[in-house]
Amino acid sequence: MDLFLPESGLVIWMLIAFLIVFFILAKKGWPMIMGAVEKRNAHISESLLAAEEANKALAGIEQQRQETMAAAQAEQIRIMKESQDLKAQLIEEAKVQARQEAEKIVTEARLKIEKEQAEAMANIKNEVIALSIDIAEKLLQRELDDKPSQTAYIEQLLNNNQPRIEA
Amino acid sequence: MNHVLKYIIFSLLLVWMTMVPVQSHAQDTVQPPKKEKFDAKSFIFGHTGDGYCFHITEIHEKPVCVWLPVIVKCKEGGSWHCFSSKHVCELKEGETFHHKGADFYISPINADKYPGKLVEVKADGSLSRPFDISFTKNAFGIFLVCAFLLAFFLPAARKYKKDPMAKPTKYQGLVEWLTYTVLDGIIRPNIPEKKVKKFAPYLLTVFFFIFFSNLFGLIPFFPFSANVTGNLSITIVLALLTYFFVNLFGNRHYWKDILWPDVPIFLKAFPLMPIIELISTITKPFALMVRLFANILAGHIVIMVLMALIFIIGGMYGAGMGGVMSVVSLFMTIFMMVLELLVAYIQAYVFTILSSLFIGMAQQEPEHE
Repeated sequence: MDLFLPESGLVIWMLIAFLIVFFILAKKGWPMIMGAVEKRNAHISESLLAAEEANKALAGIEQQRQETMAAAQAEQIRIMKESQDLKAQLIEEAKVQARQEAEKIVTEARLKIEKEQAEAMANIKNEVIALSIDIAEKLLQRELDDKPSQTAYIEQLLNNNQPRIEA
Repeated sequence: MNHVLKYIIFSLLLVWMTMVPVQSHAQDTVQPPKKEKFDAKSFIFGHTGDGYCFHITEIHEKPVCVWLPVIVKCKEGGSWHCFSSKHVCELKEGETFHHKGADFYISPINADKYPGKLVEVKADGSLSRPFDISFTKNAFGIFLVCAFLLAFFLPAARKYKKDPMAKPTKYQGLVEWLTYTVLDGIIRPNIPEKKVKKFAPYLLTVFFFIFFSNLFGLIPFFPFSANVTGNLSITIVLALLTYFFVNLFGNRHYWKDILWPDVPIFLKAFPLMPIIELISTITKPFALMVRLFANILAGHIVIMVLMALIFIIGGMYGAGMGGVMSVVSLFMTIFMMVLELLVAYIQAYVFTILSSLFIGMAQQEPEHE
């Protein structure tokens, strides 16, 4: 049968066309496609590895951050407690000091009052003495005009007031 | 909106599918004169075989064709002739076309000698077949597939070359998917990893050439429909190329296994085994050639037979039965078309996987104990 015999013309056309296409695709087609795909595959797997590493690093950083945060929080609590203690202490100290100060002032005031009181007493005493001497002087001057009675009175006084003068 | 579009496309597809047999009949039949008996053989083999012109349709019984060039070299005198196939295709019975001192005509499809081929009528009236490298329907089909392969794969390759790291476009994704289905599914399992780069270009080209030829052969209108892979001239070239790739690049181990295999000495000294092995290198590509050719041709013939059945039944039992038969034929043709879609892939797959298997076997390194 004719169908089962290859036709020389068609064989030649097929050979020419197919070989041309084969050489063009083998030079400019398949290597580019395969090369690019393989390059991309390599790039993707590299990127995935890098991403995984970055993730790991990130997890480390996160943990570190959390640790730092916890430490900072503990520090904060500690500082706050400390400052509260300090505050109470200060208030206590201030109270004590104020009390002492007040006592001091009160004492000083009392001393000063006492001193002034004493001075006033002394002044009054001097005044009384001066007054008594004055009165006494005047009395004496009037009495002395009446010499005989004076002499009797003096004598009486002397007799009566002997122990007193001694004292 | 999308749904409406889907229904429209689907119904158009259905209409197109139902048109297939009718259309191809309208297109392809070398219209036998009316009231003449329907010639199933010439109908079937006229359409599964090669042709000098590309028949598109007929308008008012006048064929509308793409006339392809006829290029022949006469056996006697050795003169080259090149003319449009219009001159020989439109000849009436008994006429010949005279060109530069030689007479040509196309032998009828049911002739005993050179059926369907261009023949030269010598001065004494005897026929001779000139050396014929006409650009026939199948040659056209080959170039169409080749042009398609280049137009489909080269732009993607250029894009990859320009910027291999860029995000691939959808089109590049398609090219990548097609390439890597073949590369990872067919080539890599059969060929040693180191040699993949060397043989992949041939195997990929073969796969896509066969696959797209098969698909184009199923599309029943003009630039397609040439029965490329169902033609022995094409499969013989593919098989020969595989033969060369197996044997030219075969390593020492492969040749040692053929010429001095590990069998008792009396089997190879006599050279019984080497002869058998050498023959087997030829039978492998021969099987490839016949398998592809026969499968695709058979598919096309079955479809044509189903269509011819309409006219045979119609001729035997009248137009009514022909009408009934056309409905039956329609559904069977749709079934065959779907089956052929599957065959188109399977045959490309089988050819490529066996080619890579044979090539891979010739690359095998001996196992070191």
